[in-house]
Amino acid sequence: MMMSPQTAPFSPIFGRLTLDSLPLHEPIVVVTFIMVIIGGIGVVGAITYFKAWGMLWRDWFTSVDHKKIGVMYIVLGLIMFLRGFTDAMMMRAQQAISFGSNEGYLPPDHYNQIFTAHGVIMIFFVAMPLVAGLMNYVVPLQIGARDVSFPMLNNFSFWMTAAGAVITMISLFVGNYARTGWLAMPPLSGIGASPDVGVDYYIWGLQVAGVGTLLAGVNLVATILKMRAPGMTLMKMPIFTWSALCTNILIVAAFPVLTAVLALLSLDRYADTHFFTSTLGGNPMMYVNLIWIWGHPEVYILILPAFGVFSEVVATFSRKRLFGYSSMVYALVVITILAYLVWLHHFFTMGSGANVNAFFGITTMIISIPTGAKIFNWLFTMYRGRINFELPMMWTVAFMLTFVIGGMTGVLLAVPPADFVLHNSLFLVAHFHNVIIGGVLFGMFAGINYWWPKAFGFKLDTKWGKRSFWLWVSGFYFAFMPLYALGLMGVTRRLQHFDDPSLQPFFIVAAFGAMLIALGIAAMGMQFYVSIRNREQLRDLTGDPWGARTLEWSTSSPPPDYNFAMTPVVHDNDAWWDMKQNGYQRPDSGFQPIHMPKNTGIGVILAGFSVAFGFAMVWHIWWLAAISLASIIGGAIFHTFNYDRDFFIPEEEVIRVEGQRNAALVEQG
Amino acid sequence: MNAETYEPYMRGGRPIYHLPEEPHHPDGHSTMLGFWIYLMSDCLIFAVLFATYAVSSHSFAGGPGPHELFELPLVALNTAMLLFSSITYGFAMLVMDQGKKGATLAWLGVTALFGLSFLGIELYEFHTLITEGATPESSAFLSAFFTLVGTHGLHVTFGLIWMATLMVQVSSRGLIAANKRRLMCLSMFWHFLDVVWIGVFTFVYLMGSIQ
Repeated sequence: MMMSPQTAPFSPIFGRLTLDSLPLHEPIVVVTFIMVIIGGIGVVGAITYFKAWGMLWRDWFTSVDHKKIGVMYIVLGLIMFLRGFTDAMMMRAQQAISFGSNEGYLPPDHYNQIFTAHGVIMIFFVAMPLVAGLMNYVVPLQIGARDVSFPMLNNFSFWMTAAGAVITMISLFVGNYARTGWLAMPPLSGIGASPDVGVDYYIWGLQVAGVGTLLAGVNLVATILKMRAPGMTLMKMPIFTWSALCTNILIVAAFPVLTAVLALLSLDRYADTHFFTSTLGGNPMMYVNLIWIWGHPEVYILILPAFGVFSEVVATFSRKRLFGYSSMVYALVVITILAYLVWLHHFFTMGSGANVNAFFGITTMIISIPTGAKIFNWLFTMYRGRINFELPMMWTVAFMLTFVIGGMTGVLLAVPPADFVLHNSLFLVAHFHNVIIGGVLFGMFAGINYWWPKAFGFKLDTKWGKRSFWLWVSGFYFAFMPLYALGLMGVTRRLQHFDDPSLQPFFIVAAFGAMLIALGIAAMGMQFYVSIRNREQLRDLTGDPWGARTLEWSTSSPPPDYNFAMTPVVHDNDAWWDMKQNGYQRPDSGFQPIHMPKNTGIGVILAGFSVAFGFAMVWHIWWLAAISLASIIGGAIFHTFNYDRDFFIPEEEVIRVEGQRNAALVEQG
Repeated sequence: MNAETYEPYMRGGRPIYHLPEEPHHPDGHSTMLGFWIYLMSDCLIFAVLFATYAVSSHSFAGGPGPHELFELPLVALNTAMLLFSSITYGFAMLVMDQGKKGATLAWLGVTALFGLSFLGIELYEFHTLITEGATPESSAFLSAFFTLVGTHGLHVTFGLIWMATLMVQVSSRGLIAANKRRLMCLSMFWHFLDVVWIGVFTFVYLMGSIQ
């Protein structure tokens, strides 16, 4: 089945793409493909039937409004989550039945692709878009800005992320995906052991998405440093904005390393160089070092915004100022710095020697100090607060309990001798799912429940939200606690089959947990559906449904295109709370025309060419690669000849929108 | 923070929450900072390539090393080309500030010529090495060498394409604010490549030759 590149058929027109590349012999993939086609036709048909194409193109795809881009990121993340979770369910089902003479239903080749795709999709195309979406939506509002520093670039960044997801998804139906695990370590990912297209899909999907992530990082750092409202000094920024600043600095300082290391891997694969080969001086361990120099900061890129969400939520729903604001800021900054000093703990077994391992073990343990400080700050914020257990607060409490367990197993793994035993085991798998689900994902759910009314003008349904919450939290414990036990018993990760039947009950419990999570996801879908159906009952006209503290709640829900009719002035780190306490009056006159950026289709177009480029590189269709690369460069240059990029929202329009808002406030009372 | 910072935002001892005048963010006020941050991220790509070169620079796999391969006089000439191009770009920025469109274009043209000669000499060097059999495929040292130097060359190539684009835009629209900003960005990019090259020259060629 696998052919080396020398013997594989190659045509100048289709490269190494042939009809055999379609996985027609794998019934699971074929059925999935048919369902995706039916679903796709349904979606396209519905959009056409409701004549929504023009609206989608004008109001969403080409929009440079940070709020719409934020929503699109989150939609992308949630859609890709369904794919990543399907992979998870398939693995849990396989491991629950594949014992002894039963080989399960997934052959090793397919199983290996599934665990690779699960990891890649969950990190790059679920967690990253969710985090980027929340930051995009919330940060400009929290700092009293009208948009980000580079709105066009923001749209382009989103579409590059989406393009990376598209390239990765194509691998499901044309060719195959990497069988290497989510970091594609050589020599396994080298051309000798992985001669077909799987690793190439991996590389190009991530390279294209990486461009988007990096530029989004540059954009938000510049935005936070340059666009803050008058009076908002750095130490008056809301904590979520602080976490976004730290995260984006990490993005800017980490993603270039990923770009470079993947470029070197592709040179090894395409140009026969010897960076990571086992011959002619190549050094596979150099790849492991480099990828983790990116990979460790990456996990903090994901968790810091979640910490930011919890900080906002816990202060709002305890109706208290956040406890220890400046220690929260210092903790974030210390974590940001330490993120670069721990990468070697991912491969203590490499053999760097006891002293090196001791250094990285200790730096790793030190991270638990600022993190612990944050946990205590959240607890002290709750202490003697008037706590209101709305959904965001429930997710926050669940996070605090769950994340502490994940943090402690992390400190355990940071001890090199313990790591030698637990390395590559299910204990590790349980640990990072514990912190990523219990930390990042719970944080995103808290954030979505918290800011949904801001984005759409109505709250999310509580009944289905609570069902989803309990199913998710209990499902998480059922799914991952058995993996801790299995890991301690020595079961290694990424296994498609087991010989020892005494392990099976643990895997059945884990599969049951995954089922609960599946129900939790379904309940979340119901929550969205029911909330949208009952939006009139759930409507909030005040723009401040939670009695919150930061500036995004001072404007209407959803905010007008320009966010704030007049730029707010900040006196306190709970700026909106301070305004409310001081009897703030909304301005009703003195509005001026507002300067805004124009929408542009260039982001969609360049991302489209990037998909073509990635696909062509994967399949060695050189003519298409050359044309699409030339089109990307040409398109970008062509765009620079357009100097007419902004317009003014006239004063009358601002007065009209603000008048509607006043009327709504009166109606609400 | 001191009390004066707050002074403009108070009226009659009470805080005000909106300024009477809209604070004005001029066009492109974040561009220089943003571009600088981007350059630092690009710098990290070079950092990885330098580190990779450092790790691989003695992995000759039985093939030739720096002694046999590098021709310092040629590289010195090449370095001179790039350094001159930075100086002439500086002259372009000086006359740009004086609003002299023709002179700006002329200095950009000179810069581009120096840049092209740099690329020409680099390609000649690569060609010589490859015909001698010292190809990127032959050892980890050569893989790292060609990748580090080639990535720099690729950046210079993009800089030249960018410069040509800006020359067209300056000649058609003149030294308007947007074009000046773009020239400033390219200026940072161009000098950045100069700095990286000094690293390459020292670290790869000079230190390679004295080993």
